[in-house]
Amino acid sequence: MAEPIATAAPAADEAAAQVKIKNYSLNFGPQHPAAHGVLRLVLEMDGEVIERADPHIGLLHRGTEKLIEYKTYLQAVPYFDRLDYVSPMNQEHAFALATEKLLGIEAPPRAQYIRVLYAEIGRILNHILNVTTFALDVGAMTPLLWGFEERETLMEFYERVSGARLHAAYFRPGGVSQDLPAGLADDMMKFVEHFPKILDDIETLLTENRIFKQRTVDIGVVSKADALAWGFSGPMVRGSGIPWDLRKSQPYDAYEHLEFDVPVGKNGDCYDRYLVRMEEMRQSLRIMKQCLEKMPAGPVKGPDRKVTPPKRGEMKSSMEALIHHFKLYTEGYKVPAGETYTAVEAPKGEFAVYLVADGTNKPYRCKIRAPGFAFLQAMDFLSKGHMLADVVAIIGSLDIVFGEIDR
Amino acid sequence: MGVWVDEGLKPLAERIAGALGVDVIAWEIVKGELALDVRRDAIVRVLTYLRDDEACKFGALMDVCGVDWPERAERFEVVYNLLSMRHNRRIRVKLSTDENAPVPSAVGVFPSAGWFERETWDMYGVFFADHPDLRRLLTDYGFEGHPLRKDFPLTGHVEVRYDAEQRRVIYERVKLTQDFRSFDFLSPWEGLGLNQLGEPKAPPPLPGDEKAKGA
Repeated sequence: MAEPIATAAPAADEAAAQVKIKNYSLNFGPQHPAAHGVLRLVLEMDGEVIERADPHIGLLHRGTEKLIEYKTYLQAVPYFDRLDYVSPMNQEHAFALATEKLLGIEAPPRAQYIRVLYAEIGRILNHILNVTTFALDVGAMTPLLWGFEERETLMEFYERVSGARLHAAYFRPGGVSQDLPAGLADDMMKFVEHFPKILDDIETLLTENRIFKQRTVDIGVVSKADALAWGFSGPMVRGSGIPWDLRKSQPYDAYEHLEFDVPVGKNGDCYDRYLVRMEEMRQSLRIMKQCLEKMPAGPVKGPDRKVTPPKRGEMKSSMEALIHHFKLYTEGYKVPAGETYTAVEAPKGEFAVYLVADGTNKPYRCKIRAPGFAFLQAMDFLSKGHMLADVVAIIGSLDIVFGEIDR
Repeated sequence: MGVWVDEGLKPLAERIAGALGVDVIAWEIVKGELALDVRRDAIVRVLTYLRDDEACKFGALMDVCGVDWPERAERFEVVYNLLSMRHNRRIRVKLSTDENAPVPSAVGVFPSAGWFERETWDMYGVFFADHPDLRRLLTDYGFEGHPLRKDFPLTGHVEVRYDAEQRRVIYERVKLTQDFRSFDFLSPWEGLGLNQLGEPKAPPPLPGDEKAKGA
């Protein structure tokens, strides 16, 4: 194609050429240490200022929802560990509650306390990871080293009760898979006593740290109205000053018998969200302590043998138990037709399962509503007008994990 | 313990049905959850009302998803789950559509609908009219088909591998070393129950019964 002959004055031409090269797009990820996984963020930049952020997700898409449609309800549980792999049991919790709701059953009291106990362990696991990697992204390395030692202790608690550090498959519809082993409660109590000291140490490094505050205060501000409009939940709404916590407002399992406070931020910036998460960890310790003290004795699985499997010992002597075991692990149980949207307060926010049952042994549809999905969608709105380095701080404070966003 | 129950749901449902008139086809409260069936082209009006009305104040759209019912005339259901933090309530709004009929986009009412609708388009092929950016979201660049439809195979159609000769990742048709196995574990050995007259029902036909008749 022939070049059009320039008719305008050369000065104007030069200006137009400058405008042309001024905006450029920058690929952030998919492999970037601050992208917290496989985020490909296409940034349109004007110099160092973000004009538009377009997250490309789905690089970790595994078709979880499709797979669940081909599995029985019990076989679907392990998929939930693999969503947000930072706090696995909180996801199982949502699925277990949704299935129980459709079945019209309830977990026995001891199982409810065990679930709450482990859900709070999951919350601490998640917040340690988020706060310390967030600090790492904005330049502080030590909190990560301190925090991860404690995470290891918590994952041992997972392992002792379920045999796996991460993919526990421990919360089952109708209860939990087995009771706490002997001595575990005492070790948890030791952790509850010891962990506040670590939190204090991390706070001395971060809370009044000049660099940390310069990187986070007034960055990624979310107003109350914006938080609602973008479907935020969890620390993302609490950081903006909305006192909303599903554990308080729509309590499930044993939460209504436990005392805890809901920390709320003021400004809705990255710094406030960090403060909210730090305080939530202390509240989680309170809940853990109360659970350990109040936990009643009793069974950890519902009495309905058409839903929960019999004990191993029973199967050696009872023909009925053997038949139930065989039927539950081949055919599974049938869930009456119906639908439910059941949400739990996962560490990141509202994690919900929209479960449609058609009366067979497999879910007809299982939509997984992940909190991080809504957060990342607002990335364009949050980072517009910020500098490139702030994008890292914003992603860090959103607390995203791609297992649950891509599903 | 147990499920938290809301007494005010029924008056609320009646109020909404009264205010929106013909746009609400039906409503029901099952297991403490309120669900509305609405007309497809009225969805923006319905959502705006639910967001702004003083008694509703469903300020946050938490989720939009599709459900596929291939045997229905309009096979797709689009489900909106809303939350009111003010009144501590949830509501579910449903509409139906097919492969061609566009659904008005809710982005103008709730910005959070953007990605949820993109995902529904990606997974089911439900088209949202007036959506500012209706690209695929979760599937691969250049992906064909809509994977969550019931007629889409679980294994998909293509697989990728690195080809050492061409020195790049290539796409191939899925090759299964054994046939895809989908076992039917549903047992016919259920209790038969009683019919309307109070007599035991006739047993359902079992595989192999026809042989006895033929003999």
